Amino acid sequence: MNRIDRCFRDLRAARGKALIPFITAGDPDLSTTRELAWAFGEAGADLLELGVPFSDPLADGTTIQRASQRALENGVTLKGVIGLVEQIRARSPIPIVLMSYVNPILRMGAREFARHAGDAGVDGIIVPDLPPEEAQQLQAYCTTAQVHTIFLAAPTSTEARLRRIAEVSQGYIYYVALKGVTGARESVQSDLEASLARLRRVTDKPIAVGFGISTVAQVSHVAALADGVIVGSAIVDRIEQRGRGPELVEDVAAFVRALKQAMG
Amino acid sequence: MSWPLPDREGHFGRYGGRYVPETLMAPLEDLERAYREAEQDPAFQAELTYYLERYAGRPTPLYFARRLTEKFGGPKVYLKREDLCHTGAHKINNTLGQVLLARRMGKSRVIAETGAGQHGVATATAAALFGLECRVYMGTEDMRRQALNVFRMRLLGAEVVPVEAGSRTLKDAINEAMRDWVTHVDHTHYVLGSALGAHPFPLMVRNFQSVIGREARAQILEAEGRLPDVLLACVGGGSNAIGLFHPFIEDAGVRMIGVEAGGLGIESGKHAARFAAGEPGVLHGTLSYVLQDGDGQIQTTHSVSAGLDYPGVGPEHTYLMEIGRAAYVWVTDEEALQGFRLLAVLEGIIPALECAHAIAYATRVASEIGRDGILLINLSGRGDKDVELVSEITGEAPQQGGIRDLVRERRDP
Repeated sequence: MNRIDRCFRDLRAARGKALIPFITAGDPDLSTTRELAWAFGEAGADLLELGVPFSDPLADGTTIQRASQRALENGVTLKGVIGLVEQIRARSPIPIVLMSYVNPILRMGAREFARHAGDAGVDGIIVPDLPPEEAQQLQAYCTTAQVHTIFLAAPTSTEARLRRIAEVSQGYIYYVALKGVTGARESVQSDLEASLARLRRVTDKPIAVGFGISTVAQVSHVAALADGVIVGSAIVDRIEQRGRGPELVEDVAAFVRALKQAMG
Repeated sequence: MSWPLPDREGHFGRYGGRYVPETLMAPLEDLERAYREAEQDPAFQAELTYYLERYAGRPTPLYFARRLTEKFGGPKVYLKREDLCHTGAHKINNTLGQVLLARRMGKSRVIAETGAGQHGVATATAAALFGLECRVYMGTEDMRRQALNVFRMRLLGAEVVPVEAGSRTLKDAINEAMRDWVTHVDHTHYVLGSALGAHPFPLMVRNFQSVIGREARAQILEAEGRLPDVLLACVGGGSNAIGLFHPFIEDAGVRMIGVEAGGLGIESGKHAARFAAGEPGVLHGTLSYVLQDGDGQIQTTHSVSAGLDYPGVGPEHTYLMEIGRAAYVWVTDEEALQGFRLLAVLEGIIPALECAHAIAYATRVASEIGRDGILLINLSGRGDKDVELVSEITGEAPQQGGIRDLVRERRDP
């Protein structure tokens, strides 16, 4: 059984919700990302989303754009991130999902990518610029490698699209909480509950909500509505502020622990 | 015309498609539906034609360039004078169409990206004409080298937003425009300026620009009683080229050549020649040729011409290249500057630096075509916007001597 499926199965049995932190791999460097991944697991994170840096991240706001830029300046590549997962995996069973724009994957070759990712212990991929219409081949290769393909659903998705997304998405469905790019917002969309109900009507797969969720209060609110909560920019912001300082890992892990506690 | 592409999902062979965040998928489906309805609606077409003729100045002339022909010693050279369109480039053909469509869809706001500024000016113009709010994203490097167009856009009531990211050129402006669109998609239409991006943009922009080729085809038949041997157009994203080429696609005897920006030469790495040095990849919603490194990161480009300074290219061009229907070549900045000068001194026309690339390549291809042949070049825009930049490059103010002298000095330092 894929680690993601096992994670949501166990959480459902225990009536728990998944905390899914996102960080950009290689920001500030790969070895710190490895330390963070281990520390997040110990701090109560249920899954980890690792961003693969890309030169033109058009679904991302300024926080993750800058993180991506820092990682690229460190020479981080998709190959390097897959190698990092192998290292994390050596000491941690946390389910790991890579989030990459499609071009680095195509450049490596979809089949090669799926094989390497599966071998390294990657459990799932999210490709924000690859809707189901264009994803069949990559998903087929990933399925062979036992890597889940997780699709996004959005507030603009029609019912027909929600059905298709729910049908093809594996592990969970990533619900984009707002129209816009990633990044902290002052408040969560007021119609989130209704939007999730619309999605629930077409699927019983786990739903994780991301985009714009940054505070303990927001996490607590969204956790009551969804199966998982994804927090990215708020964590990446902290990494940026701390730089390579000695307290970085401890400090960011403490934030993750606080978020997990807020989920009740 | 029976050309069946793109297919239902927007593919030209394996290229094209829709590689965008889910948030944009339903809006793109809506846009495609609205566009296909408008295309079939005689009232929409009549209104577009009205504005193209009475406002933008169509049809544009097909001009026989006598002195250029003499200089080459044949073939006969014809220039399709898109530089005479209102706002000074072919871009208005597309923006009038898209802004009319935006109004029909009930959108109150339009956004655009711009490189050379011509598309930004054309969008700002159409938005002013129809009373829509307009915001244009432009890289700060392009704002510097096309300062005149920044001022024009602001005069037209548009907000010009500087983009500091990446190479500060067209690519980065498109990233920002897409981020705006994904955030304000309810009431905003993104007037994409070239035949690229996610489906239906390559289809829609091609069809709005095909007026160039339809007119040119009828005009050359009237003037010469036959079709041209070669079509030449510069290719950035590729909208002026596809607009010229498309109505000739099934005329097998007509060679189609697109000219890319060779910058400082391919070996230098400072260029925008996608077909010479790119690989298939996804940029800005479409699968096409892309300049990228071995890890799939998009590379920065260089061209003297802001409108050609882009690492991707429209997917239909890639398809035409792959099936051998069109050929793609490149010329350097230096050659483009010579083309710029050549047209000015021989024909009294200062071309945009973009289409100066096509003029420059004409000097190479002319001898191949032969004395009795016909060469038709798309003169996609006028060069007023580039005069200051050219004088800056050559290191002297234009009033101190002719452009001719300046370019010669640059060639023989």
